[in-house]
Amino acid sequence: MTFAEIKAILASKTVGIAGAGGLGSNCASALVRTGIGKIIIADFDIIEESNLNRQFYFKTQIGMKKAIAIKENLLFINPDAQIENHDTFLTPENIPEIFNNCDVIVEAFDKADQKQMLIETVLSVWPEKPLVIGLGMAGFGNSNTLKMHQSGKLYICGDEHTEISEDLPPIAPRVGMVANMQANTVLEILLNKEID
Amino acid sequence: MEITLNNRKEIFEAETMTVTELLQIKNFTFKMLIVKINEKLIRKEEYSSAIISDGNQVMVLHLISGG
Repeated sequence: MTFAEIKAILASKTVGIAGAGGLGSNCASALVRTGIGKIIIADFDIIEESNLNRQFYFKTQIGMKKAIAIKENLLFINPDAQIENHDTFLTPENIPEIFNNCDVIVEAFDKADQKQMLIETVLSVWPEKPLVIGLGMAGFGNSNTLKMHQSGKLYICGDEHTEISEDLPPIAPRVGMVANMQANTVLEILLNKEID
Repeated sequence: MEITLNNRKEIFEAETMTVTELLQIKNFTFKMLIVKINEKLIRKEEYSSAIISDGNQVMVLHLISGG
């Protein structure tokens, strides 16, 4: 596949991203640079100073809604990018509506219970829709523990082991690696259709 | 029975078991789980009734915070 062919395919695709924190903001930034056709991204949160250690926001944006700021930042990369942003708390009720037209969905939440809610909702509403989740990326070092593994239409990126704690904080490199691994998996799904 | 649990072959003495029994035998005590049998999502309220039998593909994914 030539670069022109890759770009032509990606330009016709829509990717949904659930969450615009460490995983979602960085995954969206990678995907917008690939020339993906459309990104639908949702988050309810506000940017805090503590987010700047890993999330794709700037000091001047502290206090802004992430849903607003992420669109602003993605449009700085490409003013012609199609970004549909939702300043909303995702629930089993609104997920089917917001992400209905996506070719792939990226799970980019922070909390385990929210991850569970999104995965259960996507698997029951669209059993055939590819879902790329981020699982285990706390701390630093140990690059080789980060991997992607597939279980049906569920693609799991991360070490599946390190949970955020006082001793294992979320830090830019590993969070960014998993966010980019998720974006890379999205490309693999969209360009190969099937991977195994 | 022989099942595939998280992409690995495993043999159990029982001919069938529920998800609850599997979680007990494997000592999976995590709170936040995603369970699939042959690609079908099994919700928490179905753990005690959903039956796993020979040849099934089972996924038990432990969800952890971070992102």
